[in-house]
Amino acid sequence: MATISVKLKIWRQDGPGKPGRLVDYTADTVSTDMSFLEMLDVVNEGLIKKGEDAIAFESDCREGICGACGLVINGVPNGPVRGTTTCQLHMRSFKHGDTITIEPWRAKAFPVVKDLVVDRSAFDRIIGAGGYVSFNTGGAPDGNCLPISKDVSEAAMDMAACIGCGSCVAACKNAAAHLFTSAKITHLGLLPQGQPERYTRVVRMVDQMDAEGFGNCSNEGECEAVCPKEISISGIARMYRDYQKAALKG
Amino acid sequence: MKLDSKIPSGPVASKWDRARFENKLVNPANRRKFTILVVGTGLAGASAAASLGEQGYNVKSFCIQDSPRRAHSIAAQGGINAAKNYQNDGDSIYRLFYDTVKGGDYRAREANVYRLAQSSVSIIDQCVAQGVPFAREYGGLLDNRSFGGSQVERTFYARGQTGQQLLLGAYSSMMRQVADGGVTLYPRREMLDLVVIDGKARGIVVRNLITGELETHAGDAVLLATGGYGTVYYLSTNAVNSNVTAAWRAHKRGAAFANPCYTQIHPTCIPVSGEHQSKLTLMSESLRNDGRVWVPKKQGDSRPPEQIPESERDYYLERKYPSFGNLVPRDVASRNAKQACDDGRGVGESGLAVYLDFADAITRVGEDVIRMRYGNLFDMYNRITDEDPYKVPMRMYPAIHYTMGGLWVDYNLQSTVPGLHVLGEANFSDHGANRLGASALMQGLCDGYFVIPYTLAHYLGSTTLPAVSTDHDAFKEAKASTQARINTLLSVKGNQTIRGFHRKLGRIMWDYAGMARTDAGLRTALEEIPKLREEFWNTVSVPGDQNNLNQSLEHAGRVADYLEFGELLVRDALNRTESCGGHFREESQTPDGEAQRDDEHFSYVAAWEFQGVGKEPVLHKEPLVFEEVHPTQRSYK
Repeated sequence: MATISVKLKIWRQDGPGKPGRLVDYTADTVSTDMSFLEMLDVVNEGLIKKGEDAIAFESDCREGICGACGLVINGVPNGPVRGTTTCQLHMRSFKHGDTITIEPWRAKAFPVVKDLVVDRSAFDRIIGAGGYVSFNTGGAPDGNCLPISKDVSEAAMDMAACIGCGSCVAACKNAAAHLFTSAKITHLGLLPQGQPERYTRVVRMVDQMDAEGFGNCSNEGECEAVCPKEISISGIARMYRDYQKAALKG
Repeated sequence: MKLDSKIPSGPVASKWDRARFENKLVNPANRRKFTILVVGTGLAGASAAASLGEQGYNVKSFCIQDSPRRAHSIAAQGGINAAKNYQNDGDSIYRLFYDTVKGGDYRAREANVYRLAQSSVSIIDQCVAQGVPFAREYGGLLDNRSFGGSQVERTFYARGQTGQQLLLGAYSSMMRQVADGGVTLYPRREMLDLVVIDGKARGIVVRNLITGELETHAGDAVLLATGGYGTVYYLSTNAVNSNVTAAWRAHKRGAAFANPCYTQIHPTCIPVSGEHQSKLTLMSESLRNDGRVWVPKKQGDSRPPEQIPESERDYYLERKYPSFGNLVPRDVASRNAKQACDDGRGVGESGLAVYLDFADAITRVGEDVIRMRYGNLFDMYNRITDEDPYKVPMRMYPAIHYTMGGLWVDYNLQSTVPGLHVLGEANFSDHGANRLGASALMQGLCDGYFVIPYTLAHYLGSTTLPAVSTDHDAFKEAKASTQARINTLLSVKGNQTIRGFHRKLGRIMWDYAGMARTDAGLRTALEEIPKLREEFWNTVSVPGDQNNLNQSLEHAGRVADYLEFGELLVRDALNRTESCGGHFREESQTPDGEAQRDDEHFSYVAAWEFQGVGKEPVLHKEPLVFEEVHPTQRSYK
């Protein structure tokens, strides 16, 4: 186990709509076994000891599945390692003496709440618009009455793995939510359970996505490159196809 | 306080049918007149909110996260049990019931467990219908795997992300209700008090975590689905924001707390790497299907694993438990890992780890198959430890994972405060002293989808509930006392960090009320916790103010509650001088080191009534009656 020190430039902002700025901090004697967020915990402990306001950032499960964390690290959502959430990034990815710039997700539809915390409730509203199978509790047929080929099921699972963190939006120069939205549309659109509402779903979810103020897709694939769950942009093409079919169906 | 478990009479297999028939109903047209406050949006809370919203109730859903989808159920990896017998290997509702009662070391309520086993089959059907992408076989049918404590394959799974997929299913159903107006969402709200009027739970006080405002919400019933208290140990596999606050504040308002000493220590977690550690990461129990657990036979053998020949390895679980092998229940696996390390045969830098080795499985089925089964878990292990488990064995050590204790509830999931219902991990009822793998997801969804919709209707249909508003004095009093506690936290202005206190408390709990407990150790903890509590209230530093997002204030409030709750856990552990399941009293063990129960004196649920901070709580006992399964010394040999 090695120890390093790093310089930090961290975005501090008191509240929504307030001006923000990058503030310099130093993190000394950082074990390379620490996670990135544990390094920030240590910086915060130092601030709290001095009675200063701790840096606000979100995290919960700290094992890469809840989707709460997410920071732009040196300009890249979740930092330098591919297929990793911020909480699963470790300090062994940095060198002694590095300067690390840490910023929140930046998107019109994700307003900053404080420091590194943003409001991602737009994602919940996109799901509420149609990211479900309309099926009330009770009365379901036996789970095995509907065989689903393993390939289809696995492909649906690839898309269902989305953790709703918003990295895709943060990486996109248009702040588009196409990867997030298409992942749910593709998960349900591939499965037989999702067929009855397939075309109403795509229209409602895409319309909600637009209403939330997310941008458009210019097909550059930055979303896929930073997605911690490595979700494929192939779903976006499927989303477009289904949307067009829905328009033709009227 | 009187504990009435309200278990229906009659044979165990027909109790639930009978209860459902005898329960009162609420007419569909009348349901919207009832407001139900659901706190927590994990499997239990989200499934309850969705189901009640669908039925027409006016539901308000609260969670501390920015989105209900982030509740910690999402992190459950391995799977969910159901007595489907799809594998034709002799499974049945009765066998799942039997395995669960035995797995819980005969400290669970038979009637509840039977209902759980009955409902398990509907849960799978429900989730499949929602589009949960469970693993499938090539023929297109659902796949199963084995989990600890069972000799049949009844565990359904979605890669290593079963909790995520089940939660997203429940969340999507709930979001559909949100869009339709049946459920109103209140994210980033932390419940800080329960409001009791005329002896009934009628509302809650929550803090809006963004504005800092204390809000009051009135309702006809309150459902707590706020999870367990594992983070009282500071380091655990729980999410860092998981806490006991809502349950503890309800306890202070009259809800009995049952069996707090029943904590589950999961055998396969990534070992601690240093003081900075903020949480521990679990590696799913499903890994024990293919991984073999071993340590060197020789003490202090520091050779790398590949240099230790087969003949010098001790596959101790296979050796000691030939019929269950590596798939013994969690409490047994954890204790054996501790014994191997205490014996000086632990591995890794700290000596506090055992190997979980996949080399044989990779030779047998190939690396690709192992990658398909556990790929995401192997990747996670690699990211955290910088070691490649396809090449070197994983290093594992037990860690706090789940808490079987919780608020006491009757058969209808109602606490000792009428109208306050408790679901999922937050209640105590189904797992006894040890939870079998893949049973937590089953219980959370069972409570939310298939129990509370019926039992809540019974409460609402059989209780007179005069209208109350948040202008009532009880709301004002609860809000004022919550505000006073916040003011006190902010006014200490000491120089000690909140995390420092949390870490110290965790250390006391782990050392004296962890995997092995003794009379002397528990008494030491009972002296140290109040001292630490006093130090906290005199020297803690909580920067910032109340009126915006202040994560320090949130954490401080939770640690303050843990400094009270920890004492209760220790008292319960001290009172129960037997060993059972995850509760291991060193004074009570069999000659070969297994947990030795004392059925004559301890076949009861210990339900504690709050008397004041630092005051000894009153113990109430609910006797456990076994009509179906005869308690014996548990054996997995």
